[in-house]
Amino acid sequence: MTTTEVRRREGGGRVVSRPVLVVGAALGVVLLLSVVQAVSGTSELTTSGTWAAALRLSVPIMLAGLAGMFSERAGIVNIGLEGMMIAGTWFGAWAGWSYGPWEGVALGILGGAFFGLVHAVATVTFAVDHIVSGVAINILAAGAMRFLSVVSYPPESGGGATQSPGIRAQIRTFDVPVLSDLFNWVEAKRIFFVSDLAGILAGVTSNLSYLTLLGLLVVPASWWLLWRTAWGLRLRACGENPYAAESLGVPVLRMKYYGVLISGALAGLAGAYLVVVQAGIYREGMTAGRGFLGLAAMIFGNWNPFGTLVGSTLFGYADALRLRQNAAVHALLLAVAVGLFVLAAWTWFRGRRVAAAVEAVFGLAFLGWFLFTDTVPSQVVAATPYLVTLLVLAMATQRLRMPAADGLRYRKGEAT
Amino acid sequence: MRRVLLALLAPVAALVFSLAVAAVALALVGRSPLEAFAAMWDFARTSTSVASMINRAVPLYISAVAVAVGFQMGLFNIGVEGQYLLAALFAGWVGGNIVLAAPLHVAVIIAVAVVVGMAWAGIAGALKVTRGVHEVISTIMLNFIAFSLIAYLLLNHFRDDPDRLNLQTPALPESGRIPSLNWLFSALGFSEPRGIDLHGFALFAIVVGVFYYLLVWRTRFGFELRSSGLNPGAARMAGVEPNRMIMNTMFLSGGIAGLVGLSTIFGNLQAYTQDFPRFLGFNGIAVALLGRNHPVGMALGALLFGFMERSALILDLEETPKEVVTIMQGVVVLAVVVAYEVVTRIIERYEIRRAAEATRASGEEVGG
Repeated sequence: MTTTEVRRREGGGRVVSRPVLVVGAALGVVLLLSVVQAVSGTSELTTSGTWAAALRLSVPIMLAGLAGMFSERAGIVNIGLEGMMIAGTWFGAWAGWSYGPWEGVALGILGGAFFGLVHAVATVTFAVDHIVSGVAINILAAGAMRFLSVVSYPPESGGGATQSPGIRAQIRTFDVPVLSDLFNWVEAKRIFFVSDLAGILAGVTSNLSYLTLLGLLVVPASWWLLWRTAWGLRLRACGENPYAAESLGVPVLRMKYYGVLISGALAGLAGAYLVVVQAGIYREGMTAGRGFLGLAAMIFGNWNPFGTLVGSTLFGYADALRLRQNAAVHALLLAVAVGLFVLAAWTWFRGRRVAAAVEAVFGLAFLGWFLFTDTVPSQVVAATPYLVTLLVLAMATQRLRMPAADGLRYRKGEAT
Repeated sequence: MRRVLLALLAPVAALVFSLAVAAVALALVGRSPLEAFAAMWDFARTSTSVASMINRAVPLYISAVAVAVGFQMGLFNIGVEGQYLLAALFAGWVGGNIVLAAPLHVAVIIAVAVVVGMAWAGIAGALKVTRGVHEVISTIMLNFIAFSLIAYLLLNHFRDDPDRLNLQTPALPESGRIPSLNWLFSALGFSEPRGIDLHGFALFAIVVGVFYYLLVWRTRFGFELRSSGLNPGAARMAGVEPNRMIMNTMFLSGGIAGLVGLSTIFGNLQAYTQDFPRFLGFNGIAVALLGRNHPVGMALGALLFGFMERSALILDLEETPKEVVTIMQGVVVLAVVVAYEVVTRIIERYEIRRAAEATRASGEEVGG
């Protein structure tokens, strides 16, 4: 919702800088949550605990999304993210158990990158259909990891065919100096809006894993790499028009290899994060579709790192609320309703009457849902990210733009 | 002739390659690959194993056909997974709650499955036609939405007995079952399978295969389907309306996908249960690729997968990880698409050379 608001305003040609808009929209969302919280009587929407959990749950989705972005920016669709992530979880846990958490992270990255290499060989060198290769990698990785579990974890190790023994140690955590204490102090004061904002900020500044910090740094780093370096321009050129790039002397095949390898490495990192920061152990099926969720976050974020961050935060937040207190999800219905009314008013003001009416009707539907029920089934929450992505795709086709040559086969020197 | 040989070369080469990878994997963990393969082969040759292998192949084959229908016109229905699970849930629930004359009861169950599969695939079709959403993305999202919907419905509305620990729909009454085909074995002079039924639904898979062949290669719709896949622009110029084709193909693919879970429902479970077999949709994609969307090729592919899964069971008894078979399945899919690509390039190069020689020869005649 926030991104569409931001884009709408941009479309209006306002002379406000983008950071101001983003901060404004974020504050608006927090205000909305505070109001809803005051009306509905729950308290979980903005506590530091919820937001700390949301952060932990969003980071792997975000990393998977960035993984997908690197590949698709180079023109290779990567449905195999799930499989690469599975490899990341397995190798992360194996090395975490054998050596230590950071070794787990390193090997998880390598494990993901290996399947990235397989995907690159198939799609770039042999020009195989990208979806086909991705599906095959998902099947292959799941089977290979199970095989490795059987042979690597004898019964006396505490692991087995479907899970590993626990990793040796967790990665250390830290509080952001001064800020963490300040936010926690303000949160405890229970002032409307101010404490809510402080709760959210406390959640994302206290008890942070160093790996979380590293994961978050990947966002600006990948933006810088892709949009501020010549290398990034070449990589994106391969995703937009490989033949034009080829004619300018860009080594297209090599750039595509880089894109898919980075993609695999980031997906591996996402898997390793699940093991090292969240579970402390490898369990079969622990990725639970997060690779695809990352893909959804990437689409939601319009193939852009910051957009991907927003998408994965949204998905992670919904997940965190479901896990911590499902009743709080019910209050979120009111937030969605109010948000839709605000959006409808804005759309009306912009002169698009029909769209505004549709949004208002949806708002009424959510309001009715909030008023006439007491709980939201947890399965609805689980399906939310996918529903949101479908809605965004259906509603905002004009605003979403994937790389022009994404998914198309490229063979060197075949320009027409 | 040479082209046919080259086309057969690809799957064979892929199979050999996947065997090699599996052998390396086994050797690396200190097991003898030859002994493992020999044990698998011996184990697979009993009647019981053959019945089990066919039972495993049937849903895979139907799933592959569902995917192949889409492939024919360049549509990638990756959502067979969600479509068949949702269809099986509704089919099991409706089937367990009604009592009708036997053939009618079975027909109703099949109809429910087909309609649900069509409806779920139709959403992806409609999104593509009206909003331009790529079907790969929408069907992935719809898969996950289907999983949640199934969990919700099974927990809250479709379960038969709130006290039962394992969630399931009510069991099918006698009239909703299809008899087993075990008599076929004795009729053909083999011993009957023990402890397992060759599901009667296997016959239906043959019907699906024949239907697919006739529809795609012997009807106007099939012609339009294939021409849309080979050259969308030309098909459009010839009066094939692309949006209508997309909708019809998605409906068709989804309807066939709806049948995938039925062999399990009619066969061994007689209900939709919490632990209903998964991944048939994704493995169906693998089988469709292996069999190059050809009705016979896909049947061979499905039987191969069924053989692998069944014969792998013996490996566990010999303390060899049976998961080596999943690796083989993944490798064979990847290898076969790569092999087809390589073979196509070889054929291309060969034809270019032949054309060049032909031109040169005729040029010499004219010049001489």
